[in-house]
Amino acid sequence: MENLLGHHHSHSDSPVHRLPAIVKLGVALLVIIVTVLLSIEEKSWFIAVGILLVLAACLSRIPILFLLKRLLLLAPFVLGVALINAFEPSTRGTWVGVAVKSTLCLFTVILVSNTTPFSKILRVLKMVRVPALLITTIALMHRYIFVLADEAVRMNRARASRTFVRGRRFQWRTVATVVGQLFVRASERAERIYDAMCARGWK
Amino acid sequence: MHIPDGFIDGRTAAVTGALSAAGLGLALRRIKRELPARRVPLLGLAAAFLFAAQMVNFPVLGGTSGHLVGGVLVASLLGPSAAVVVVTAVLIVQCFLFNDGGVMALGANIFNMGIVDGVGGYMIYRLVSAALPGARGRVTAVAFAGWCATVLAAISCAGQLAWSGTISWSAAFPAMAGVHMFIGVGEGLISAFVYAAIQRTRPELIPENNLPAQPRRRGEMIGYGLLAALGIAVFVAPFACSWPDGLEAVAAKLGFEHRAADPIWPAPAANYHVPGVHWAVGATALAGALGSFVVCGLAWLLGRFLVREQKSKLPPA
Repeated sequence: MENLLGHHHSHSDSPVHRLPAIVKLGVALLVIIVTVLLSIEEKSWFIAVGILLVLAACLSRIPILFLLKRLLLLAPFVLGVALINAFEPSTRGTWVGVAVKSTLCLFTVILVSNTTPFSKILRVLKMVRVPALLITTIALMHRYIFVLADEAVRMNRARASRTFVRGRRFQWRTVATVVGQLFVRASERAERIYDAMCARGWK
Repeated sequence: MHIPDGFIDGRTAAVTGALSAAGLGLALRRIKRELPARRVPLLGLAAAFLFAAQMVNFPVLGGTSGHLVGGVLVASLLGPSAAVVVVTAVLIVQCFLFNDGGVMALGANIFNMGIVDGVGGYMIYRLVSAALPGARGRVTAVAFAGWCATVLAAISCAGQLAWSGTISWSAAFPAMAGVHMFIGVGEGLISAFVYAAIQRTRPELIPENNLPAQPRRRGEMIGYGLLAALGIAVFVAPFACSWPDGLEAVAAKLGFEHRAADPIWPAPAANYHVPGVHWAVGATALAGALGSFVVCGLAWLLGRFLVREQKSKLPPA
């Protein structure tokens, strides 16, 4: 998860990065909806989407290895469902279709999220009238994910360097205390943020 | 439990999207009316907390580790409506920033993890903590609700996959429910440990300690209850009573699909299907029923263990 937080290519520069966010999100949504709804027999659509995605990936100048690594994150769910399906002959045929569809959709979202800064995605969400309270929540969350994740890692490191545990039970209690403390700190920070927001004219 | 795109079909995506939108709308309206402005930033921070807390690993047997999922914990700390909004925010960020969970499947994921896990877990939490009053009862309630909600969300997820025709119900239900009966034990344990830690260090953050008589939230609960029940009825009920996909396989095998209008379904299903698979469905349901009693007892013991230690540390009056 840490390397997930670290590397992101959404702030690089390329022709794909420079496209307006609403166009990218719109096209991505269209591609995903049609891909999910179409039956797997319509091979030409899937090949066309594949070519489009590869083209966009090349134009965006994101390292291919990075994209493939992100794609592999899907593997646990796909493999799990494949394993379940292996026991059931009646649905084995649909399986290839599901794998192709989910890979194409995932690749689309990976490309969009790595060529569009999240704040621009939020602006599009605001434009399509997502409720303001939800937008505020998401914006604050996005702002403080990295702060709190960092805090969690620091607190856990401090915990690990100070507790020499006898048994698992004691370890669980101290780790749980770290998580509890993280919540306490988050709620204290929320109070301070509210004061700061009020001081700057938020109503 | 994040469903990727392509695993559920358009029909399921539309139904779950509508249910989630209704639930989210209800939650946002409740919050606008009831939550003081002071607490609005807490929603965003709680979402960030949930995300960060999922990065803290708890050691399990032999080098593996688990982490908190947290819908029930957030619901017990902030209330059900806040939990729906917080979990939705987490899912949207996970989808668009970290590509975890699909865009078309967002409705299904919000339904499973926000409404079934968060609100369903909150209902169980309130029921158990009403039966067992006090801090000890609340820790028990969090532990039990964490387990139940995880299993319920897994069943709902299995139902959606089966409804889309991705996996058959007779394979998805035992696998998903069975695995999550174990995962749920971890989730219940971690939630209870964290809840007890907050109760120990900052009891004023727990809503029940501030308001001695919590206002009854009957209207809210009825709204969510209807949504959750509707979803379960759509996704799970058809499989639980008539096994349509097993039946369709039988019909296809025997070559009488054209007679589908005839009431053929009561008799042949059990005879022509792989017996082990049906046995697994029944066994999983039975194990779930027995398991919920066992887990309830264990949760009660955990509550005693966690809260008694806390009391003995207090100086004698």
